[in-house]
Amino acid sequence: MSGPPPPARASNAGNGFSYEEPLLFERSRPGRTGYSLAELDVPEVDPAQVLPEGSVRAELPGLPELSEVDVVRHFTRLSTWNAAVDLGLYPLGSCTMKYNPKLNEKVARLPGFASAHPLQPPALLQGFLELAHQLEGALAEVSGMDRVSLQPAAGAQGELAGIMMIRAYHEHRGERRHKVLIPESAHGTNPASAALNGYQVIPIASGDDGVLHPDAVAAVMSDDVAALMITNPNTLGLFEEHIARIAEIVHARGGLVYGDGANLNALLGIARPGDLGIDVMHFNLHKTFSTPHGGGGPGAGPVGVKNVLAPHLPVPVIRRLEGSEGQGYGLDYDFPLSIGRLHGNFGNVGMFVRAFAYLRSLGPEGLRRCAEMAVLNANYLLARLRGRFHVPFDRPVMHECVLSDRSLAGTGVTTLDVAKRLIDYGYHPPTVYFPLIVHGALMIEPTESEGLEGLDRFADALLAVGEEAQRDPELVKRAPHHTRRSRLDETRAARRPILRWQPER
Amino acid sequence: MRYIPHTQAEIEQMLDAIGAPSVDAIFATVPAKFRLQRPLQIPRAASEQEVQAELAALAGRNACLETHDWFLGAGTYPHFIPSAIDALVSRAEFMTSYTPYQPEISQGTLQAVFEWQTMVCGLTGLDVSNASLYDGASAAAEAVLMAMRATRRSRVVVSGALHPHYREVVRTYLSGLEAEWVEAGRAEDGRTQDLAALLNDETACVLLQQPNFLGAVEDVRAAAALAHAHGARLAVVVTEALSLALLEAPGSLGADIACGEAQSFGVPMGIGGPHLGFLAAREELLRQLPGRLVGETVDSEGRRGFVLTLSTREQHIRRERATSNICTNQGLCLLMATIYLSLLGPRGLRRLAETNLAKAQYARRRVQGTPGLGLPLPAPTFNEFAVRVPDSGPAALGRALDQGIVGGLDLAAEAPELGPAVLVCTTELASREAIDRLVAALAGRPR
Repeated sequence: MSGPPPPARASNAGNGFSYEEPLLFERSRPGRTGYSLAELDVPEVDPAQVLPEGSVRAELPGLPELSEVDVVRHFTRLSTWNAAVDLGLYPLGSCTMKYNPKLNEKVARLPGFASAHPLQPPALLQGFLELAHQLEGALAEVSGMDRVSLQPAAGAQGELAGIMMIRAYHEHRGERRHKVLIPESAHGTNPASAALNGYQVIPIASGDDGVLHPDAVAAVMSDDVAALMITNPNTLGLFEEHIARIAEIVHARGGLVYGDGANLNALLGIARPGDLGIDVMHFNLHKTFSTPHGGGGPGAGPVGVKNVLAPHLPVPVIRRLEGSEGQGYGLDYDFPLSIGRLHGNFGNVGMFVRAFAYLRSLGPEGLRRCAEMAVLNANYLLARLRGRFHVPFDRPVMHECVLSDRSLAGTGVTTLDVAKRLIDYGYHPPTVYFPLIVHGALMIEPTESEGLEGLDRFADALLAVGEEAQRDPELVKRAPHHTRRSRLDETRAARRPILRWQPER
Repeated sequence: MRYIPHTQAEIEQMLDAIGAPSVDAIFATVPAKFRLQRPLQIPRAASEQEVQAELAALAGRNACLETHDWFLGAGTYPHFIPSAIDALVSRAEFMTSYTPYQPEISQGTLQAVFEWQTMVCGLTGLDVSNASLYDGASAAAEAVLMAMRATRRSRVVVSGALHPHYREVVRTYLSGLEAEWVEAGRAEDGRTQDLAALLNDETACVLLQQPNFLGAVEDVRAAAALAHAHGARLAVVVTEALSLALLEAPGSLGADIACGEAQSFGVPMGIGGPHLGFLAAREELLRQLPGRLVGETVDSEGRRGFVLTLSTREQHIRRERATSNICTNQGLCLLMATIYLSLLGPRGLRRLAETNLAKAQYARRRVQGTPGLGLPLPAPTFNEFAVRVPDSGPAALGRALDQGIVGGLDLAAEAPELGPAVLVCTTELASREAIDRLVAALAGRPR
């Protein structure tokens, strides 16, 4: 930035075309509206005449009065404050921020998908039911599972469904088990989903090589363990090479193996969780299958199972009709051992449409190519960064690589500082401080969407920040310098929470 | 593959840098016995043109608002959606960003969530709102879990007039925990029966839908007083969010939690999802809220900004002791609703609610004046109500369909005590002419 900014009152923006934008409520002007309604074609009704006394509200606080122009400018300006995949590399580890194809957005908006109703008769919903049935089949084939339910609304709800099915399985066999084994490197949703099922969580440490070892599992496996939850590749980006032996150990004592599918992108067409001993897993359509992350959601978290768990799938089940039932697809509720319903309707159907379009666009070769290029990219970044940054588990990786903060020792610069400084170079930072087992972790997942020159620029940026940390640590510690907001005071936000706008009193 | 940029020359250059002889070789840590030795058995790749045509053909086999007149609601409501919403949420900066973990480059999402939280507090009359949940049903389940944590009690009294899918979802969520489920029946007028006999000092919460599944407006004030007399919390579930523009705010009537589905606020019906679960509560329940929360703060130069806050409640910090396992919210749907409410404003939203009410009142009068039809439930309603039909629900709805009308929901499974009946919803999309045709078709007298 150079030169003084123009006087605030005359300026449209904070800095050239970088727009400051107040809250909606501060923009509000009494009398404005951004909506038009057709003239009423039925008689007017006074609400007080037809609703019980005291049940009609007098005012609607918390809503602004704005024209359509005001609203469009407000949100367009807000959008310019966000980083995004369409702007550049977004290497958030474990989130698989791949490109979200535009075709998918177009087909999801077709009226037959966007403005149809979940409770309309199945005969009027055959296009959706066929799509869902085909998508279930494709996900089952990709994962090596026998059956898939699309219903869970996100990965965490898929986990919840999976652990519920495991509990239902044990209970149906007359067993009451109390424990779930979870590696220390797991996502936080794993233990939280187990706890929601009333299970006690038993953490297991990974070996010095970053992967889980059969003896560590055998040491804690017992008849009281309902399941092992495992992420493969794990959150260090490493393939759990002992997975089949570990699954045998769990199965031998009557337990089941849950697979967290967050990192499935690395395995597409390469290996299938179902062939490795996994009994139940979830998919993240918003990671592996390219549906947009939308600033935090909506996601979609279908769950796949082996036949042994199929009786416990959520209802309704989408089924191809047979014989005298006629043609097409129907909804089946007749599963007495089902865990029940997890979603008010069928799940996040709009995401099914996008994922289906993605699968149709890629086909078997394209899917495998995703995994190959995602893994090539992660290993290339590792090759570029190794030596300058400490790599705690220095082995060939799958879709992501994890660095520690050891190379920053003595500089006073932290992983968070490095992340913030990367923003000045135009990059969304990698995931930081996760997995918990790596000190000051920087977890980098480039995905297959980035080409060679993009990776080189990112590696150059990270290396430059590494040098700055040695040469001018204060520069890094005060970053970011070129964003419209500098570092935000999160402690203050938590200590005295202000969670909504209120008029000045 | 058009989504993947790598050329063969680049791949070879990268392999050289890695020191691997081939792409296959970089998968060396996957033992050979685990490698899939065949192509995946899914359909071959199709061109963009082919995929678009295939999806259009599938979409064309679903009835929708563009092909039929629409009177089916029951938790998913047909409303008009202004054009500005899709134009704005399609901005790549909203669409292709993720959870705002890095606030310096996520202020757009964070400010929009803060605005949503403000609007939800105003509409519900409560103090704090989260950044949304998956859908109305899981929001109801999270509300019950919150009340159980806050009261350290396990008895849950659920209205039998709560949407049946919501009841199923709440039961599913509670299935792994020690909880006692008590379901209140329905009174003859369509409202929930008197709760007094079901409440005791073990009761964590009462879950009441407003208006309820059959459209009846409940007495929230009385339910709140009863719940509080036993130290329980009242959670009000709203599936038709537009009703909040007309009916007294749940918080003002004594509810401790308001939750439900905000799909009506500009989110497409979309065959049931993605929709928009909302959850708001009194200040005292703040630390029990599940999901993301956005708070106001300042940056190092004192300028206002927004951050994710109070994350010590959440799974990525607290793991098995978190308030919920939820990670994502419904960010883009929340954005749709925030834009929708900004466009309508307080007067537009109220006028729209009054329009829905007027359409319903007109339809009710037409039903009452038509031989063979009737209103089996005397309780007051907003934009949805039960209609008794002469023969059977499916037969009556079939006659409507023959007229190009999706006429409502058959109530045989959910409310058999009403005899043959259907649940009819009238929004601003229902023209007087279409209402007249619906009434005639339900009665069996084609015009």
